[in-house]
Amino acid sequence: MGMTMTQKILAAHAGLESVQAGDLIAARLDLVLGNDITAPVAIDEFRKAGFGQVFDKEKIAIVLDHYTPCKDIKAAQLCKKARDFAREQQLTLFYDVGCVGIEHALLPEQGLVGPGDCIIGADSHTCTYGALGAFSTGVGSTDMAAGMAAGENWFKVPEAIKVTLKGQLNRYVTGKDVILHLIGCIGVDGALYKSLEFTGEGVASLSMDDRFTIANMAIEAGAKNGIFPVDEKTLEYVKGRYKGTVDVYEADPDAIYESEVVIDLDQLEPTVSLPHLPSNTKKAKEVKGLHIDQVIIGSCTNGRISDLRAAAEVLKGRKVAPFVRCIVIPATQEIYMQSIEEGLTEIFINAGCAVSTPTCGPCLGGHMGCMCEGERAVATTNRNFIGRMGHAESEVILASPYIAAASAVMGAVALPEGLEVK
Amino acid sequence: MISGNVIKYGDNIDTDVIIAARYLNAPSPEEMAKHCMEDLDPDFVNRVQPGDVMVGGANFGCGSSREHAPIAIKASGISCVIADSFARIFYRNAINMGFPILECPEAAAKIQNGDKVSVDFASGVITDLTTGETFQAKGFPEFIDNIIKNGGLLKYYKAKLDN
Repeated sequence: MGMTMTQKILAAHAGLESVQAGDLIAARLDLVLGNDITAPVAIDEFRKAGFGQVFDKEKIAIVLDHYTPCKDIKAAQLCKKARDFAREQQLTLFYDVGCVGIEHALLPEQGLVGPGDCIIGADSHTCTYGALGAFSTGVGSTDMAAGMAAGENWFKVPEAIKVTLKGQLNRYVTGKDVILHLIGCIGVDGALYKSLEFTGEGVASLSMDDRFTIANMAIEAGAKNGIFPVDEKTLEYVKGRYKGTVDVYEADPDAIYESEVVIDLDQLEPTVSLPHLPSNTKKAKEVKGLHIDQVIIGSCTNGRISDLRAAAEVLKGRKVAPFVRCIVIPATQEIYMQSIEEGLTEIFINAGCAVSTPTCGPCLGGHMGCMCEGERAVATTNRNFIGRMGHAESEVILASPYIAAASAVMGAVALPEGLEVK
Repeated sequence: MISGNVIKYGDNIDTDVIIAARYLNAPSPEEMAKHCMEDLDPDFVNRVQPGDVMVGGANFGCGSSREHAPIAIKASGISCVIADSFARIFYRNAINMGFPILECPEAAAKIQNGDKVSVDFASGVITDLTTGETFQAKGFPEFIDNIIKNGGLLKYYKAKLDN
């Protein structure tokens, strides 16, 4: 019986010839990830259960990215717990303020994840690494603790939805629009317990950054993972970067899919998700003019260099509208530096943006841009649930960096096309 | 076997409304429980009684991977959650920490807010004591049942590694 990409990776890591949807397996892990919110809970559980040493000090990544630089005393205590553990266990993949980046931008950039890997992370957006042809999924803290101790964990082999991409994206249309459109089509539980396997000739036209953005939000459709085939762009990206062995898994021609969704990239337009669900999508032009108070450009979804380039393209020579805050957050130190070297940071500052050190901060209403009641943001982040960016009566509209930057200029939802040059 | 009053919510109850990120740095489950469901139902913490049963619709617990969500629900006094379906990370988290959850679309649809229900975990039978109706929840696969019977995932792996 044919297997999907996900099923092949899981079979290989379980030491099995083949698996099929529904099988419960124990799979070997190539990397276990946690952050400053989830790792401390995992560390407590690890100790409480009586484990002494982690299974491999080079395969556990702890990334202090959510509340850092620490927003308050409690956050500092959580970070200290993670830091003390990393020191005690001599973890080689520990990232603290000064070298930290948003975990799902940082790990691929640093070459810690690659094609064919099996990865769990105590953060729901761990599914991002599927862009590289890895099986990668978000779990909770107890799962992280088990992974740290045993180097393996249990999985139910998922069935798959085949997402066939055709054509190529038009100007100002990005990976963000692809994934928002898909979530709008299938719903926030449209891929519950399943994998989203992207395929088709349209994949080749997507940049790696677009693929990261798409795989990143697979969880927003309820998916266990999202995964892309490995092609020349993937191999180019991991070359000289990825430290492991590249294992390329292709879906069998007779792989079984639960269903198929076809997306014609040529037909896509800039798309936004209105409050309070990522599936509440509209074409951006349909909500043009909706008043906003804040713009966030960053996050694990859209804080990469091509996202900053897109935002800078729109903001160059323009100003953020009066009474609107625009906060730009490069996702890693490397991206931050690149943004400076390419002159993007200068464009942002000249436009009246605040440029922050890497942090998840405002995406989850942690810090660096919380909103009060009645305020509304356009954000390049991934969730617009009630209270996500602050007060329960604040609102988040999810969008691409192009739409976010244009909206910052206009003080209302706007498209970059036809934006008045000032 | 447990019994309690039902507090019912709709579809797509996400982990941000179960416990908002601003409380994720709370030092204890009890502290988190004080803010459970706050952004959706501020009165929940005043109404909930020990043993009460939470009933949700489809995709319960969607969103972030925060284990703080089932921790906060459990610490608020809720004895189990019945839903049409669970988001997968919430599902894993609940099993791994030994917090009872039951998937039962029929029960989730028919049981009303304020009903009194009983749940027999061994058989998976849910009884709405207010209406007299009974429902059969989906059973757990043997592997997962073993994790629950062993007292959670870490005890399972501790025993495995010690051998």
